[in-house]
Amino acid sequence: MSPSPRRTALDAVHRALGATMTDFAGWDMPLRYGSERDEHNAVRTTAGLFDLSHMGEITLTGPGAAAALDYALVGNIGALAVGRARYTMICREDGGILDDLIVYRLGDTHFMVVANASNAQVVLDELTARAEGFDTAVRDDREAYALLAVQGPNSPAILASLTDADLDGLKYYAGLPGTVAGVEALIARTGYTGEDGFELFVAPADAEALWQALTEAGRDAGLTPCGLSCRDTLRLEAGMPLYGNELSTALTPYDAGLGRVVKFEKEGDFVGRMALATAAELAAVKAPRKLVGLIAKGRRVPRAGYPVVAGDAVVGEVTSGAPSPTLGQPIAMAYVDSAYAEAGTEGVGVDIRGNHEPYEVVALPFYKRRK
Amino acid sequence: MSNPQQLRYSKEHEWLTAAEDGVSTVGITEFAANALGDVVYVQLPEVGATVTAGETCGELESTKSVSDLYAPVTGEITEVNQDVSDDPSLVNTAPFEGGWLFKVRVSDEPGDLLSADEYTEFAGN
Repeated sequence: MSPSPRRTALDAVHRALGATMTDFAGWDMPLRYGSERDEHNAVRTTAGLFDLSHMGEITLTGPGAAAALDYALVGNIGALAVGRARYTMICREDGGILDDLIVYRLGDTHFMVVANASNAQVVLDELTARAEGFDTAVRDDREAYALLAVQGPNSPAILASLTDADLDGLKYYAGLPGTVAGVEALIARTGYTGEDGFELFVAPADAEALWQALTEAGRDAGLTPCGLSCRDTLRLEAGMPLYGNELSTALTPYDAGLGRVVKFEKEGDFVGRMALATAAELAAVKAPRKLVGLIAKGRRVPRAGYPVVAGDAVVGEVTSGAPSPTLGQPIAMAYVDSAYAEAGTEGVGVDIRGNHEPYEVVALPFYKRRK
Repeated sequence: MSNPQQLRYSKEHEWLTAAEDGVSTVGITEFAANALGDVVYVQLPEVGATVTAGETCGELESTKSVSDLYAPVTGEITEVNQDVSDDPSLVNTAPFEGGWLFKVRVSDEPGDLLSADEYTEFAGN
């Protein structure tokens, strides 16, 4: 264990803004600047500005990079067009999820993998080991980038005022190199909030200038600095899984309802193929349990680890729970026995510190933005 | 933030007023409210219930966590703040005023309640 958490290139900015900081995966990160509910609502209605520099970037280059990633990951990375990105996973031989990732194809032979901060070292080690024998170099780029995100309906207008890059031509899950406020950036239309938005990968030395330029450009557009607390409620409303909560080495992508990320049709073998093929067959016949949404009928908030109950029986477990600012009620994601997973199933509750509180079973997500 | 001089404080971050006709008003401090983040649910003791100094008598839920509410003194609950049950954000916006939690007829109090200055030092702010 490292005794003192790492600080991002924007640390002084967070402190000047009076942020409440928290240790997250070994990083000292802003939890919130003011009210996390106001920050959440800003992203839903105007725009929010995040420091996500804790995310772990790993670069693969060389003629064998695509083949190496096709072997190392469950997705079809070789089929990815230059300038596009894909949500994918890295699994163990037994199908267990090591991390969920976004892979950007920056060139024919140039990829950037973005891992969760908590798993970045594991992913780096695994990619390095799995790339052996392929004509590719795996590079640890965690120190090479700061990552800022602008998320929310006003984010295209805010960013457009600072760049000549063709944002209209930049689709969801695409990325292109460009200049933002005089700073060289990889501009990606990705996020973890359920809103339109951008993630900007820049050199750490440029992070503060970019943050200030975005703050200035967004002043009249409701751009609000946002911490990790609202990022969690935003992704929960959007039904997006969080590693460590909905995803773990004990689960396959099929357990998490994300079997679509596994691409058996791609060329060549990949780590976990056999175990995942079995998991796919089982999921098609009868999944033992499913990831569902729960909406509280009362006001008490379910938390990760709380039992889901039906009568006296425990039928599942909450993986994430929070008060939903958008719905105005507590919500949760939970793994429940398939018999109770159908939306509208009656009689399901959550054991909240000994009290069985009634909950409605719903399909995910809780929130979907209007396009 | 400043902790009102006329109040006394517990080490569990509650404040209480000087008793008026034997009844004190209780809430949580601004320091505690800030540490919790947005409060979304409060469970308060029932009117008529007896609470014991240093023991839990309710819950405060925020976005990230649930925290126990401790009674700073021993006594009988005479009133709870319905406004705060309806709108828990009052705990954040007005912790020393509209965000008060309950009133208690004090029968006994512990010897370790703090003055405003002592509490300010205790809370490190």
